[in-house]
Amino acid sequence: MDRGTRITFLAMVALLVAAPYVLYPVFLMKVLCFALFACAFNLLVGYVGLLSFGHAAFFGSAGYVTAYTVKMWGLPPELGILLGAVTGAALGLVIGWLAIRRQGIYFAMITLALSQIVFFYAVQAPWTGGEDGIQSVPRGHLFGVVDLQRPLGMYYTVLALFLAGFLLVYRIIHSPFGQVLKAIRENEPRTVSLGYETDRYKLLAFVLSAMLAGVAGGTKSLVFQLASLTDVQWQMSGEVVLMTLVGGLGTIFGPVVGAAVIVTMQNYLAEFGSWVTIIQGFIFVVCVLTFRRGIVGEIMGRFGPKGAAPTGGGH
Amino acid sequence: MKLKQALLAGAAVVLAAGGASAQISGDVVKIGVLNDQSSLYADITGQGSVAAARLAVEDFGGTVNGKKIEIIFADHQNKPDVGSNIARQWMDRDGVDVIVDVPTSSVALALAPLIKEKNKVFVNSGAATSDLTGKACQPTTVHWTYDTIALSKGTGGAVVKAGGDTWFFLTSDYAFGHALERDTSNVVTASGGKILGQVRHPLNTSDFSSFLLQAQASKAKIIGLANAGGDTINSIKQASEFGIVAGGQKLAGLLVFVNDIHALGLQTAQGLQLTSAFYWDQNDETRAFAKRFEAVMKKKPSMIQAGVYGGVTHYLKAVKEANTDEGDKVVAQMKKMPINDFMTKNGSVREDGRVNRQMYLFEVKKPGESKGPWDYYKLVRAIPGEEAFRPLKDGGCSFVKG
Repeated sequence: MDRGTRITFLAMVALLVAAPYVLYPVFLMKVLCFALFACAFNLLVGYVGLLSFGHAAFFGSAGYVTAYTVKMWGLPPELGILLGAVTGAALGLVIGWLAIRRQGIYFAMITLALSQIVFFYAVQAPWTGGEDGIQSVPRGHLFGVVDLQRPLGMYYTVLALFLAGFLLVYRIIHSPFGQVLKAIRENEPRTVSLGYETDRYKLLAFVLSAMLAGVAGGTKSLVFQLASLTDVQWQMSGEVVLMTLVGGLGTIFGPVVGAAVIVTMQNYLAEFGSWVTIIQGFIFVVCVLTFRRGIVGEIMGRFGPKGAAPTGGGH
Repeated sequence: MKLKQALLAGAAVVLAAGGASAQISGDVVKIGVLNDQSSLYADITGQGSVAAARLAVEDFGGTVNGKKIEIIFADHQNKPDVGSNIARQWMDRDGVDVIVDVPTSSVALALAPLIKEKNKVFVNSGAATSDLTGKACQPTTVHWTYDTIALSKGTGGAVVKAGGDTWFFLTSDYAFGHALERDTSNVVTASGGKILGQVRHPLNTSDFSSFLLQAQASKAKIIGLANAGGDTINSIKQASEFGIVAGGQKLAGLLVFVNDIHALGLQTAQGLQLTSAFYWDQNDETRAFAKRFEAVMKKKPSMIQAGVYGGVTHYLKAVKEANTDEGDKVVAQMKKMPINDFMTKNGSVREDGRVNRQMYLFEVKKPGESKGPWDYYKLVRAIPGEEAFRPLKDGGCSFVKG
């Protein structure tokens, strides 16, 4: 990590460690789950340039699997989340394998179509509880030691998971593998001509992103003790796009900021009911018109070193 | 002036001391009305339920054992995660003691265990699922107004008794629709009727023509609508366009509210049979309540909104009697006391949390029979609670003995 990133990262960690003493922990956990989800999504859209419109499928089905295995099979929470991640990855492998054959809008439409199939399955399958979802999922004890029923126990578990996911994304995009991903984003035919099998790279990035989305979904189902249709619906895929764009596409901190902004809005504007969606849409329009690079992208462009701002915002 | 100040200070001390001995947390009883404020159930719950709760508090005198009663409300957008998030904040942070209304079965089922965990009270008026007092029962849940069993038994059983012995179902293709169809089929068969068939339609369908033609071709006397909200309204509208009711077949709505009829108009809805716990024009007391409600809301109350009034009142009575706002104790007290208000006569809260009340089978009037706006129902039959609701032992509720 360069110095600026390290300082920002440490400041974020300090802030998040102290936050539950000031703010409501469940709200913070929601922010963290969505931040991880947005980071996973950003890995794909920001660094490979693949706009998936079906990420809710990974997020939601992982939530169902975690909720089901923890509640019905009595698995400990860590195994439940692990299975959620596996579900996300496996589903990502299938959907990604089919979708990466096409680019641009076709890629987005294929992911949307396949995620709708997952949604339909979630509505119809008996084990997901249809529109009732899976309720009263026990949080249990992490590794048999940490009582997740206590708000702070749950909070720091979620925080640890989020930080692990965040660092993993950071590591991926700063590895040689990540360099290839960025090369694909900038110019795929040229990357092919350099001798890279881009499909493999894209597929692996897709699976990694789906897996992290699965971790986020599984964790969310434990936090809320609930897995429901909301998380597999296409609106959720749209929400994560919004979070990433508002925060800053292709920036490491952008998705976190975006998730915080959107979740805060949903939380504190909840009394306006369906107006929240309209307000969100308005903010989205303002964001696209006035600061296309997102909050973090714009800050980096203004105050950061030259060339620090991502170029991804111009898509 | 000094004397007055001293007296006031003295009074304040006495009041504070009195407050310390009572067991009402935060020195306020806070009622949270959580329902749909903006979408398809906003009309039958929404602000109307908040208004009903306000009327109940007003009639109670605004305080209970010297403690203020406050009402807050929020929109759960019919999403269980939004609902449970709000409920958690209310109970953890805002000191809410009771959550009322909560339509949409998925949200209600998500909230029941949460409210039990925090030892608060759940007075549900809006949700349909009978699981709330069955396998998902909680000692802090009171299911006030109706449930799927009562709807299917009421409409199913009574319609067969009235001669509608052959049925065809138009069912919404998801868990709620399936459950309603299954429960009603059982009742119809048990009462000596016959099921001629069923057709499943996707949720939120706009074109019912092929389904309705199948229903028409089945020659069943009754077409049972095992769906809700917009789907029910659309299927009734299109059935009218196909001349199904005019052709001698009758529609039986399994979940229909007076507001739906108001939206449909009598021309379209006439002849529809439905079960309800309340109709505003039943007697002087219901009319008096409806009048007060209408002064605020400019419309008649639905059974859910009327139920919110009753539920809040009964809750406050129990808090007063038990002098505590601890969830399990208040609900235990609620189960001890009979319910008597404008819509419930000699009702009771059963051990599993189900409110045992009389239900009514209504038929929607023909346009010629109606004397004006909101004059929509005629009573076909009153159904005693013992008949309408599931027997206590069959629910599979874990804490019901025997």
